[in-house]
Amino acid sequence: MWQYVFKRLLLMIPTVIGAAFVIFFLLRAMPGDVCELKLGGEGAYVDEAQITLCREQLGLDDPLAVQFADFVWGIATLDFGTSMITGRAITYEMGLRFELSLQVAIMATIVAIMISIPLGTLSAVYQNTWIDYIVRTVAIAGIAIPSFWLGILILLALLSISEAMTGTRWTPPLDYVPIWEDPVYNLSMLIWPAVATGYRYSAVATRMTRSSLLEVLREDYVRTARAKGLVEKIIINRHALKNALLPVVTVIGIEFAFLMGGLVVTEQVFNLNGLGNLLVQSVTSVDYTMTQGIVMVIVLVFVITNFFVDILYAWLDPRIRYS
Amino acid sequence: MTEMTTDQLEELRDRISLFKQFTGFVRKQPLGTAGGVVVILYILMAVFAPYITGFDPTENFYQNQFVAPGMQFPMGTDEWGRDILTRVIYGSRTALFVGFTCAIVGSTVGLVLGVGSAYYGGLIDLLFQRVMDVFMAFPLIIMALAIVSMSRSLHLPPDTSVYFVIIAITIPFIPRCARVVRASALAIREIPYIDAARANGFSDARIILRHMVPNVMAPYLIMITAFVGQAILLEASLSFLGLGVQDPVPAWGLMLRNAQEFIRTEPWIAIWPGVAISLGVFGFNLFGDAIRDALDPKLRTQ
Amino acid sequence: MQTKLWKLALGAVAAAAFSFSAVAETPKYGGTLNFVVGSKIPSYDGHVETTFGMIHPIAPFYSLLMRVNPANPGDPTDFQCDLCEGDVPAGAEGGTLFTFKIRQGVKFHDGTPLTAADIVASWNKIIFPPEGIASARKAFYKMVESVTAPDDFTVVFKLSFPSGSFLPAMADPYAFIYSKKDLDEHGYTWHKMNINGTGPFVFVEHQPGAFVTGVKNENYHHEGRPYLDGFKAISAPKMSARVQAIEGDRASIEFRGFPPKQRDDLVNALGDKITVQESDWNCVLMVTPNHSRPPFDDPRVRKALTLAVDRWGGSQYLSQIAIVKTVGGIVFPNHPLAATEEELVQIAGFSRDLEASRAEARRLLKEAGQEGLSFTLNNRAVDQPYRVVGTWLVDQWKQIGLTVDQQVNPSPVFYDILRKSGDFDVSIDFNCQSVINPIADVSKYLPSAGNNYANFEDAEIEEVYDRLLHAGTFEEQRVIMREYERMVLDEKATQAVTLWWYKINPYRSYVKGWKIAPSHYLAQQLDQIWLDK
Repeated sequence: MWQYVFKRLLLMIPTVIGAAFVIFFLLRAMPGDVCELKLGGEGAYVDEAQITLCREQLGLDDPLAVQFADFVWGIATLDFGTSMITGRAITYEMGLRFELSLQVAIMATIVAIMISIPLGTLSAVYQNTWIDYIVRTVAIAGIAIPSFWLGILILLALLSISEAMTGTRWTPPLDYVPIWEDPVYNLSMLIWPAVATGYRYSAVATRMTRSSLLEVLREDYVRTARAKGLVEKIIINRHALKNALLPVVTVIGIEFAFLMGGLVVTEQVFNLNGLGNLLVQSVTSVDYTMTQGIVMVIVLVFVITNFFVDILYAWLDPRIRYS
Repeated sequence: MTEMTTDQLEELRDRISLFKQFTGFVRKQPLGTAGGVVVILYILMAVFAPYITGFDPTENFYQNQFVAPGMQFPMGTDEWGRDILTRVIYGSRTALFVGFTCAIVGSTVGLVLGVGSAYYGGLIDLLFQRVMDVFMAFPLIIMALAIVSMSRSLHLPPDTSVYFVIIAITIPFIPRCARVVRASALAIREIPYIDAARANGFSDARIILRHMVPNVMAPYLIMITAFVGQAILLEASLSFLGLGVQDPVPAWGLMLRNAQEFIRTEPWIAIWPGVAISLGVFGFNLFGDAIRDALDPKLRTQ
Repeated sequence: MQTKLWKLALGAVAAAAFSFSAVAETPKYGGTLNFVVGSKIPSYDGHVETTFGMIHPIAPFYSLLMRVNPANPGDPTDFQCDLCEGDVPAGAEGGTLFTFKIRQGVKFHDGTPLTAADIVASWNKIIFPPEGIASARKAFYKMVESVTAPDDFTVVFKLSFPSGSFLPAMADPYAFIYSKKDLDEHGYTWHKMNINGTGPFVFVEHQPGAFVTGVKNENYHHEGRPYLDGFKAISAPKMSARVQAIEGDRASIEFRGFPPKQRDDLVNALGDKITVQESDWNCVLMVTPNHSRPPFDDPRVRKALTLAVDRWGGSQYLSQIAIVKTVGGIVFPNHPLAATEEELVQIAGFSRDLEASRAEARRLLKEAGQEGLSFTLNNRAVDQPYRVVGTWLVDQWKQIGLTVDQQVNPSPVFYDILRKSGDFDVSIDFNCQSVINPIADVSKYLPSAGNNYANFEDAEIEEVYDRLLHAGTFEEQRVIMREYERMVLDEKATQAVTLWWYKINPYRSYVKGWKIAPSHYLAQQLDQIWLDK
């Protein structure tokens, strides 16, 4: 087992370096100049000398190999440097957003689990009945409805419902307060994006629960249990569900990693100051260091989540370790 | 009445069995059938767009700004006085073009890479898997932003922007398909007859094409049907972020982006494109699920 | 009908100004003002930055030497002293010497007393920055020869030639006064990330991407101000989020401006809890053809582009969906130096007879052998008003048989194409200024101007502008301005203007004392604002 863990750990390194390589050169292939944008802003005239100097200060004139080495060394030492636009430490800028993104991701996961496990089970147990059809329709709708559209509709509904109930219009807060400082304020802001993304996310998980449960229900030991005359409920709770959850955990793991950096559109709709938005902002202002930093954090979250999922798999299913 | 020749009989039998398969599908997969109907309707809508509506989707009629849904404009008009129904209909062209192209190209490249990687194995396989890992881990939005930005500085002829949207969406599909295909192909590679074929001196290309590819067609087709809906949704998201196709091209995501400003005062502008996306993706997903159930041997017996 | 509307629009602006002065209430003290900002803060250094995303949250921490009167910011000639004392000085020695008396007893937020040396150091940083130090508006002060302090409370600006554009430029809202001590001790880039001013509010916290907060400066130099206990500038990049913030009372106001539909939306929803102020806006989007790329080197083609545009019609229907409205030439429409309607309709593309203009456009294209020309339009990925105006232009050009592909690019790509690579057929560009200062503002159309990206040279235009810059009297300036305008927009058609922006600010009615300015950069120190709650 430990050998497998070690091998799996080693395999993370090329992925991380590969991602670093891709983002580094992708950024430099994009048009646009951070100095031009920083100094020229909204239409101001900047002379060449200032731009040259700015580029020099930011180290943009160093050979690419040197810049890349700096960047990789930075990842290795967990020192991402400073933002080319704001000049603040990237770890500080990311730290602010990481908290919020993490909370939304966790809440969305909870929402998704609460919806998907019961619904997926129902759907599998009553396969090809009207219950199954309804559950699947609801689940597929979750994938089909664009999350930004759902977000806009939720916000509109909040305005109308609050007015109908209290007479004044209510909108979620605009600024993030950590949950331990003011839980009510915090939750009244973040519950909505968590529901909007959690629904989409639950759709994937519901389908996975259903299909893996169906597979398990056909396995021999379940048939044996049935033959022994065990009550259906016990079979499902005690035997089937436990074994069927593995692929569901995988899906949840991968989705969780995605939620950390992939919620750009939802963040925009709900005015969340999260990692996804920071990422888009820094790319659109050609802030190389900042973009690289965030991409690497997202890649790391992804790689580490996958690592744990794989380890879990190997632990539960010894065949994997030896293959 | 003349006697039927054996050929005709054969044909008839084929037809009957095809019909039986079809009715069987409809009976077993009512949801999938519903999805299939939606898919066919959307395809018809895209193909026959100019025959369904008389309006030009890009022509502005300033005297018709913000007309509510009614007799003349069943879904109302938008901020430029354009008929929304017309734009929703023409929008299906953009959506389906992007959807099918991305799904087919992404899955096919994935198929080739996945099978090749499984067949050659060893170092090639190892390297290939690491590259796929990188692309799996990479945030899609950055890829899309970078590709779209780069395309702008290339100074390409007009109306090529949609191809870059397609590239941006296709890239993340490749590793996902390749991974699934590789897993199936690995299993097939273990079967002794591949070794036998090798021993007989068949070329690599022949073995791959004749023996391995046909055996991974099921996951390949499942991936294609699953990707179409996802590609439509991704295109809508990119357009919503302003990274997709540009005005005045009719596209649902772009229509939603523009409609945000009017969602309170003229809600019909924001509702129909959203319905078009949701229903379309819904249909493709239902259909894709049914195809998966039909093709997946494990589930077929159920 | 159209004339009537045009006059109505002007009337509405005047009425708004009147109604404001008619209401005089006693300000109440206290409360915190929450407002939303749609753009981000690149740095805190006003001398370097050019965005409202920075001026809205940061301006309240600083003072200026002199400023636009925040109670009457719509008047382009109403200036008042901020850190100077008494009236704004009139020029001596033929308008080449300006002596400012400095207010005594003013303290920076860190306790350092303010003297003339601080003002001289700040202005020298703006006008004569050392090598390697950026100064965004240095070009406004070409006429300044020196800034000196004969004693602790006097500052003297000496000009090399008299210019009508000097005083308005002095009221630039970005010209923050820094402490000389900070500049000496921490260097010229310290202010990018640190704040120490003399403004009505003291900096508390900036959470990047989220908000900036400030509290009342108890030692503020304007007697009895500010009224607020503090403010919170909340970042909300998406328009819908900003509108909803005001609707749900999470924020009271947004200072840039909303499109008309958002105004209607808020007024419909909240009735008299919402107050709306509107004004012409000192911003205009321009069409910049690339003269170095055929066929845009041909004045006939360029003129056809401007002739095709239905400005009077656009003023009606485009103003329903975008933050643009007013038809004008190169000068801010409400300014005395601007063309009257009679003068305007003489210019190509401004005629009331649209059909004739478009026929002429087609004829010119035919003559130039460019019928059915097809090209791309470089535009910026900002919805209001860039993308809307771009979509409109594409349709206008379609009317004369041109096929135009709009490429909406993220800002860095847009700038890269427009300013650096020059790899475009036709691009959108913009002229957006703070203090209304037409003579300085129209330098944008000068081929030699650093921020003119049309890639051409023209000695005649340069000569006319030079005369304009040195013209002594208003009458003279006005005549030369007309000559310059005709040359740029009609005869040579070097660039074309679209519609001028129109600023609409719907806000919570309990916000008092705020007066709309013709620019979203102006009068943002917030010392005059109070809350009637």
